[in-house]
Formats: sequence, C-alpha cells, structure tokens
Amino acid sequence: MRVTFTANGKPVEADDVWEGESLLYVLRERVGLPGSKNACEQGECGSCTVYLDGTPVCSCLVAAGQVQDREVRTVEGLTDENGELGLVQQAFVDAGAVQCGFCTPGLLVQTDALLADEPQPSDNDIREALSGNLCRCTGYEKIMDAVRLASARKCAKAASE
Amino acid sequence: MSTRTIQGQKNLQDIRTSSPDGIGGSPLRPDGNLKVKGEFAYSSDMWHEDMLWGMALRSPHPRANLLSVDISEALKVPGVYAVLTHNDIPGSKFYGLEIQDQPALAIDKVRYHGEAIALVAADHPETARRAVKKIKVEYEVLTPIVTEEQCLDPQTHGYVHEPHEYKSHGYDNICHEQKLVSGLGVTDEVRALADVVVSGHYEVGMQDQAFLGPESGLAVPSEDGGIDLYVATQWLHVDRQQMAPVLGLPEEKVRLTLAGVGGAFGGREDLSMQIHASLLAMHTGKPVKIVYARDESFFGHVHRHPAKMYYEHGATRDGKLVYADARLVLDGGAYASASPAVVGNAASLGHGPYVIPNVRMHAIALYSNNPSCGAMRGFGAVQAAFGYESQMDKLAAELGMDPVELRQLNAMSEGDHMPTGQLIDSPAPVAELLQRVKDMPLPPPLDLDNLDIRAVPGALSNTSHGEGIVRGIGYSVGIKNVGFSEGFDDYSTARVRLEVIGGEPVAMVHTAMAEVGQGGVTVHAQIARTELGVEQVTIHPANTEVGSAGSTSASRQTYMTGGAVKLAAEAVKQALITKGRRRYGWTHNDIDLVGGKVVSESAGALVPMVDLLGEEAIDLTREHHHRPTVPFDKETGQGFGHVQYTFCANRAVVDVDVELGLIKVVELTAVQDVGKALNPLSVVGQIQGGCTQALGLAVMEEIIVKDGKVRNASFTDYLIPTILDTPPIPVEILELPDPNAPYGLRGVGEAPTVSATPSIVAAIRAATGIALNRIPVRPEHLTGTL
Repeated sequence: MRVTFTANGKPVEADDVWEGESLLYVLRERVGLPGSKNACEQGECGSCTVYLDGTPVCSCLVAAGQVQDREVRTVEGLTDENGELGLVQQAFVDAGAVQCGFCTPGLLVQTDALLADEPQPSDNDIREALSGNLCRCTGYEKIMDAVRLASARKCAKAASE
Repeated sequence: MSTRTIQGQKNLQDIRTSSPDGIGGSPLRPDGNLKVKGEFAYSSDMWHEDMLWGMALRSPHPRANLLSVDISEALKVPGVYAVLTHNDIPGSKFYGLEIQDQPALAIDKVRYHGEAIALVAADHPETARRAVKKIKVEYEVLTPIVTEEQCLDPQTHGYVHEPHEYKSHGYDNICHEQKLVSGLGVTDEVRALADVVVSGHYEVGMQDQAFLGPESGLAVPSEDGGIDLYVATQWLHVDRQQMAPVLGLPEEKVRLTLAGVGGAFGGREDLSMQIHASLLAMHTGKPVKIVYARDESFFGHVHRHPAKMYYEHGATRDGKLVYADARLVLDGGAYASASPAVVGNAASLGHGPYVIPNVRMHAIALYSNNPSCGAMRGFGAVQAAFGYESQMDKLAAELGMDPVELRQLNAMSEGDHMPTGQLIDSPAPVAELLQRVKDMPLPPPLDLDNLDIRAVPGALSNTSHGEGIVRGIGYSVGIKNVGFSEGFDDYSTARVRLEVIGGEPVAMVHTAMAEVGQGGVTVHAQIARTELGVEQVTIHPANTEVGSAGSTSASRQTYMTGGAVKLAAEAVKQALITKGRRRYGWTHNDIDLVGGKVVSESAGALVPMVDLLGEEAIDLTREHHHRPTVPFDKETGQGFGHVQYTFCANRAVVDVDVELGLIKVVELTAVQDVGKALNPLSVVGQIQGGCTQALGLAVMEEIIVKDGKVRNASFTDYLIPTILDTPPIPVEILELPDPNAPYGLRGVGEAPTVSATPSIVAAIRAATGIALNRIPVRPEHLTGTL
C-alpha cells in the first residue's frame, strides 16, 4: 500500500508498504528518518517515541496505515531549520546525559512533551514522565540533570521574552 | 546529585593541561550532537541500495539431534535469495573467543535453546520471517543437561560436548577450572585457629546485558571476493580473527568498520550476526543487513554466568579473618565463550579486597544445555562479591561488630598481597573508601506527612501510603581487575597524525577502539590535545585498517588504547621537536608543545607549530602493551596474574514494603578510586551506570531458564531498572595515581557493578531481618509466599 503523511512538517510518501509494517519501520527504512530507535519493537523501551498529531507514542506500536494523512514529528524534528540543536537536545549534550545514545531520541521527545506540559516539573514528575523510557548506560542521574537544565533554560527563556 | 572529586595525596605529577578540553577536563562528547539529532548511524541504521535482510532459524529445544533440515519450501518463497545451513560454510565450521567450540550453524545437534540452525536472505524482513518458518527440521529431542548435579554426572546424564570433541582443557562437563591455595590453605588445623566461623550457600541468577541497540550490521560483498562489514562490536580485530577462517578468507579480505554501538556491557564480545550476514552476502553477492529483534537478542548473545557458591569464613573474636574457603560453580552453558577468563577472575578475586592469611578456592565453569554465558560487566568478580560481602555481614552480626568496621579491620592496602601471591603495588584505599561512603550524608527519612507515592515501594501502582514500609542501610566494597589477565598481551594500537589544516595545527587520532557509549572518543581527543598542545582533534572512524585496540571491556580501554594514543602523540611531539632542532638548532632541554606553539620553559615561545609543520604531516603509529602477567598455577592459583586492581565502596538506603515484598532503593552512594579522572563527567557517568546495573541484579534482573528453555526473552518479562526504580546516586571520586598506568589512571567501568549489588541486599536484610541468599531478591523472598 501507499502511505502519505507529514513528517517534521514535510509531506512524505512511502510506496509498497506491507500492511504489517510499523510506523517505526516506515520512518527508519522507507523515508530516511532512522533517528527513532528500534530497541524492543514492542512498546516497552520508549526509544522509538515520536509525536503523532502532537501526542507522544511508541512508533513501533503504530501500524503504518494508521498515520495516513496525519502529522508525525520525530527526534530529527527537534532540531531547528538551521540545524541548531533544540533546547532539550542541547541540555542532554551539556549534562552528559548521552552515552551510547540509543535511548536518547525517545527520551528527547518525551522530555520535550513533559516540558511543554509542565515547564517546571518536580523530580518525581520527571521520573514519572520518563518511566517508559529505558536507559541502560547512564543510571538516569545525568538524564535527571539534563531535564532540570532544560527546564531552567526554558523558564529563563520564557521570562526574558 | 552531589559529585565531589578529591585529589589524592600521592599525585605523581601535576599534569599540565594547556587546554580546558585536555585531560582532567570534561569536554562534551564529539558524537553528542549527532546522537541528539538522531543522525548518528548505529549498526541497525545501516542501509544499502539493493540490500537483503538476513534472518536465522533458531532451535526451540535446548538439546536435540537434528535428524534432517529441509530448506526446499523456504527456497520457494518469492523474494528469498538464499537459505543456508552449515553445509554452505566455505571454511572452518567452528569459532570462539578462546576455545573454538561453537559451530557457526548447528551441525547434527543443538546444545541450547536458540542455537542458530539455518539462515535466510530475503527482500524484506517479513519475507525472511515467513521463509524461516518454512524450513522443516526434524528434531530428536533429548533431555537437557541443566543442573550442577546432572552436569557433574555425565555417566548418567550424558555430555554436552562428547569427550572426543573437547577443545577446552576441561573434562566431563567442566569447561574450565581454577583452584587456589594460599597460606596454609583450609585444613582442620587452620579451622581450629578461628574463634568464630560463618558459612553460607549463595546463588546468583542469570543476568542479561540488555544493551538497547540490538545486534545488527551490514555485510557488503566486495569485488575482490572479500567482505566489508559494518557492525556494532566491542573488538573489531577479534571478530575478524574468528570470522575469516569460517568464511574461508584471508584476514585482509575481511574488513570491519565500527558502526554506531548502542551499548555493549560484555554482550558484544562474542560474535552474533557477523558470520551469518557475511555468509549470506558472499552467497548472494548482495549486501545483507541483519537486525535482531529483542527476543532474538536474548538468544543471540551470551549472558552473565549464574552461580552457586559456598563460602566459609573463620575469624578471631576481635574480628581478624583467619581463613576463607569457597567453592564457586558457574554455569557456562553450551559453549565456552569467555568462561575460562570468568573462572580465572572468580577464583583470583573471589575472596574480595581483604587480607586473609589462609585461603582456599575452587572455581569451575560447567558446560550445560543452558544458554551460553560469557562476558558481562565485572564478570566473575560480580558473582563472588555477593558471596563474600554477604559473609562479611554475617560475620559482623556473629561478632556483634559494625559491618563497616569489620571490613576496615581486614581491608587490604598497598603493600599487601592477593591470595594469588601478587603484591598490591599501587594504592588500594579499601578502608578509606568505606570510611568516606559511611561519612556521606544520609537521605532524609520517609516523610509520611508529605508522602509522594511515586517515591515509595510500589510507586505508581499506589500500593502503600507509608504503611508497612521499613528502611534499611547496607554497605559493601568490591575488587575488580583491569585489563586482560593471566598472561594475555591485550595490546592497543593508535595512530596519530599532526598537520596544518586551514591554518591551524590539527591532530587526527585513528584507532580500532570500539566506542560503545563509554566516551573513549572524548578521552582520545583530550589526550591528543594535552600531549600536542592543539585545540582541534578529529577522530578517525574505527576500523581494521589500523592495528588492534583490544576489547572495549575489562575496564581497560582508557588505560590501554588511551595509553596508545598517549604514546603515539608523544612520538609525534618528539618528531616535531626533532624537526625544529634540525631546522633551528635548538639546544633547550625543556621544549614542549603548548597552545599551538613550540615553547621552551626557559626561553618562551620558539615557533608556531604551523610554521614548523609547513606542508608536512607527521603520522605515527604506536602500540601500548601493559606490564606482562602470567597464568595462574592450575592447582595453587599462584601468579602475577592481573595488570591492575580497582575498588569501589557503596552504601545503599532501601525502603521495603514488608507486607508486599516491594523494594525501593532510596539512595545508592558510591566512592571509587579512579587514579586519575581523565574526564570527570564521563567517569561519574560510568560509576552511576555501573551502580544501576548492579541494582538490577540485586532486585529485578534474571533470565528465567526452565529445563534449558528461556522463559522471558523480552523487555516485558525481563525487567531492567527504569528511572522510577533508580535512586539518586551520589558519587565521590578519589584520585590516587597508579605509577604503572598512563596518567596514573585506574579503569573505572566495572568496579561499581561488582560492589553495589551486595550493599542493596544488605540494606534489604537490615530492613527485614531475612537472610536472603539469592539474587535477584524477589517479592516472594520477602513475604514467604514462594
């Protein structure tokens, strides 16, 4: 089948999609957006998290056909048009929250969604919001630091605007 | 959380850092921006025009004879390009890290659940899946050999490998064995010297590395008949060494390039899809990509050896250890993998960082029809630490002593000897680490009036509002070796090139080091900056065009390949200075490279490096060998077997819902001597990550194997710590330099994984009063509802 949708603001079209393919597979293998990751492909690890019409979802659990005419935003879409890192991306780099980086794309999208919803989350808020995203390298401490840093920068930016 | 770095009293030298991005600083990862943009190319992201997807048929039985394998129906599936069995292997049919006992594809029999039997290449992963299902295998299912008793009685239960097929030095179903005796050993006379004796049986479950990036890669057939493989691994050269004979190719025709690696933790030390993808690519003439799904990943790599251990300790009434005895049985599963090294570590480190006058140890790894076990972070030492640290707590309770004081009383330090007879010839601040971890501030008690249920056992499940929750505190310390041991020369190679690019001196570092997330690429650039006085450093992709870098394991990469980069950079520096002496006739003995200039301490700046370099590039390669070690004596375990030791101490604070058996680790504190923190941010990240994997082993993680079958090959059923399960991990770093090591550094990655698990179990025991002789601790162990 053919699937057409919007990915990071641009129209995309995938042909010869087998009906059993997931959105994750189509993003990674058919439309050149491999940033979303394939760690478990059964909705347990969160590394494939993308926005679907503004809501974070595990793209491995979304059938490709379900995204017809809908809007998808992936980790690649967190970078601005000039290739500059978004605020959450920069905070993860600065805080040392990236080791192997395989969990990072999903965590970035989930953190972006958390801060959109709650710009100043408590530590327990952060832990709850990110509890669906597994990381095996960092022990999460630097991820906590990164989210706190992103929150502080976001609030400072909002205050200065 | 708080992170403090404490400079040791014994810093050998004040290492001059001309750039804040040199060693001792925490510059950001060179691959960080790509990783947060989603542009970093991991092995599963590889793509090639016209590529095929490879997939393996795996055995559903742990032990069976293969009566027939019929691939004819699979070959008829449209879109299938090849179906291969062991008959299609052009070269040797066996491979292995140390012992070549594993068939690349099963021959006549399978020895574990998930063993690969046949391969398919097809135009789509779904096509490949369907074709795999069409392969008809007739099995003669046999009773698997899975328990210690069965393994050690081959007359009754049979052999995993027939004795005439043995490629290890083992016997019966024993893959490897190491004994150790020191002092007077453990005899009735020695036992009589002890006032107090404690003993116990301890068990460790099978832990999985559970790296997030699945085994994957892309094999591309080349015009010269060879293979170019882009793969996630821990050691490119040892992969090639194992692949080439199977593929029937000379090593130079097997070229490997490191693709992005999504974590490793030992699980990529053995081959997974490397040979399979290459066979399919050679057979079809097309690029072949293999990506394991998570369930296949659980079958496709080795795990941490589960262990059954017996420990006995005798001490005087005032707490001095008199003797220690242990028998460690590690289940190595179907194939040898790293079992010999695991046994060596378990035997030599298995009595912990303590001075014990009389010691006996017997460690074995079994062959069984359980999943193969091999390398995982801290191997051999992790299992043993749960045993000896549980014993220390038991002994302290028996003596009525403080458990930290008992450990400190018996702690080894520089100048002492290991039970192997090896002199501890660099700092071993075991007692100090324990003191510092004990002195760290404690977290506040549970505030029942302002309870956030997300912070108590059960968390989001809303199982308690504070009732039934008891807090406990536990301590532990551990020891790990750094680098490959027992006579293995695991040297590293580095190539450093210095030239002028865009009017600036630029260094390029080329190694085959597998960057698996640990940050070696950051450290290599820091070393080049420090040694060459340049700002700009580029890291060449890791591949087999340069010499081996050894494995990214055994806490060795910064020590070994970092050391090689240092040697190569020093050689480049000397070459440049020599060039300057020839050109300008310098006679100073105090010349160095700083801030892009050649400088003399006495005469000041001599010349900008760009002027001296001109059009020339200085490009030199150096090997770094650690000091030699020797194999342990088979019977006595004596020998200078290890390169370096590393120590970490932990304190765990745990809340337990004693009614439901639920556990919440409230805080896990670590104090570790790292010799010299080349990149403090990364060092702390390693310690926190290592502690978290230890937490997983303590309370959650186990591959459940029943009658040889894996029952939980998914992240739904094999649980690793989430951010809700993981507490704040305050870290304190000591920097007491090791005079034998580059910059005085000490390997970092494994020590916390060795030491942290027992502290958590000790804290649960303190909260519940339950003995807890098995990890992971499960709710039913605490509620008695087993």
